[in-house]
Amino acid sequence: MPEDPPPPPAIEVKNLVKSYAGVDAVSDVSFTVQRGEIIGFLGPNGAGKSTTMRILTGFLPATSGIVNLCGVPVASNPDAIKHLIGYMPENNPLPEDMRVSEYLFYRGRLKEVPRRKLSARIDEVLELCDLKRVRHRIIGKLSKGFRQRVGIAESVLAEPPVIIMDEPTIGLDPHQILIVRDLIASLRGRMTVLISSHILPEIEVTCDRVVIINQGRIVASGTPNDLRREILGHSAYRLELAGEVSALSTILAQVEPTLVITSQSETDEQGFRTFRLTTERDEPLGEELLRALANNPHFRLRGLAAERPSLEDVFLAATRRTWEMVDKPSSR
Amino acid sequence: MKHFFTILSHEIRILLVSPSTYIAAVLFLAVMGGIFTMMLDIYSSSAQETTPAVVFFQWFWVPVLFMVPLLTMKSIAEERRLGTLETLLTTPVSTVEVVLGKYFAAYFLYISLWACTGGFFYILNRFARDARFIDVGPLAGGYVFVAISGLMFVAVGIAASAVSRNQAVAALISGTVLLGLIVGSNFLPNIELLHNEVMRPLKTAVDYAQVFQHLTDFSHGVVDTRQVLFYLSGTVLALIFSIFSVEVKLLHS
Repeated sequence: MPEDPPPPPAIEVKNLVKSYAGVDAVSDVSFTVQRGEIIGFLGPNGAGKSTTMRILTGFLPATSGIVNLCGVPVASNPDAIKHLIGYMPENNPLPEDMRVSEYLFYRGRLKEVPRRKLSARIDEVLELCDLKRVRHRIIGKLSKGFRQRVGIAESVLAEPPVIIMDEPTIGLDPHQILIVRDLIASLRGRMTVLISSHILPEIEVTCDRVVIINQGRIVASGTPNDLRREILGHSAYRLELAGEVSALSTILAQVEPTLVITSQSETDEQGFRTFRLTTERDEPLGEELLRALANNPHFRLRGLAAERPSLEDVFLAATRRTWEMVDKPSSR
Repeated sequence: MKHFFTILSHEIRILLVSPSTYIAAVLFLAVMGGIFTMMLDIYSSSAQETTPAVVFFQWFWVPVLFMVPLLTMKSIAEERRLGTLETLLTTPVSTVEVVLGKYFAAYFLYISLWACTGGFFYILNRFARDARFIDVGPLAGGYVFVAISGLMFVAVGIAASAVSRNQAVAALISGTVLLGLIVGSNFLPNIELLHNEVMRPLKTAVDYAQVFQHLTDFSHGVVDTRQVLFYLSGTVLALIFSIFSVEVKLLHS
């Protein structure tokens, strides 16, 4: 027998297109997710995130393109796909008039969890999602945080290899977000998780990789650090010092030719100003900057910090870039 | 059809805990009780030619018009509005199983409610102690008619629920269609156009589709397979229509 080929990636999307009445909601999207990865799906409202996720679940048919989950094509094997995924739609719809444990039991039966194992498995997910206290409560009367966790518990119930969650943290308070985030992180390595979110720090902490989508196209994808470098293309520093401004730029040029002052504040009562510096160099310049400025008698240095652009900046820059791209060919 | 019974038992359970079921049940039993009392009044004042069962079942359409919409309006429309249809259809169940599960749950309830009216006849028998009032033939015929015609009426309700996401709209649609089917079909044979020779096949078809005529036949113990077939084919059509409308709405969602 030949050697086992490597297992196919958990999610494989090639040239996916979905159009509604001639308007492309998703156009030519391709990405691959390895097993055990947690992927964040980012995009403004109406970018095509939910549509892509629905196509992945087999709920919506695609207009064209290929989607494989664990090597199984979604279009031709919708039944097999449904055994491979745990899906939590946007706004997490739940029946109002069932108890938590009843709901999980019903869903477990639908997902073909063997009856013998089901109640043990329900205990397990209730424990995992910290729902034991509310297991006999009626879902309609639970708070949003609990409902959200019921949704997550339901999606991991049958231990599917791929979990797809559309905005799992929407509408939660910071404390609940933390709990949900830990919960998702605890699935790392065991299951492939695809989550979409607007809450960017959220994605940054939880996800191994990020895919930014806008106007139905993938704008950028990679680890949050890669994206920072790729999209923003420079590092920034924040400098607080007092002294002659005109002399500052010459010193900066000596340290690194591409280092420029992009903005500066008014002088405060102690005579200090805050400058924002950017450079195209990737390597840290902090030490050299400090040495050059601290030893200079013309300046009094109060603070220097490397500015870490948040994923929000990356997201805004990346989506702005697509809008420019889309707007440009206006001849259509 | 692995999941049919899972969905069926779930649906019956949901129907049993939902208030609208009990509203439908109370209204139904109140209306039927009222009709029954009225009927007994007539029987006590003068002798009648027919047995109470025949007269009682003549009124079957009154509860059908409000009870079927009340029982079925929620089934698919509510799931679609809440979005739980999406979670349901991303599990390994098919649309056919979902629609059939909901249909048989509603039908089960419909039949159970009608079965409750059996109590009226029991009470009558118990206190009147007059064998003339309880004629088993028409009574059984009436219930068989209710069971068979109910198949189609409930299917129509499910189909109405499948085309709308609004319960009220679903109830209106099923109420109107049922009214047309039961009462409206009475007037169809009178249409002048149908008396034309060319329309003869259509006229024959319309003559068969007389719900009240079916009831009379059943009460007299005549079970015509053509009539049974009429209800069965109507049921199958309505259910196929429901399955398609659930699937079509997915394609265009």
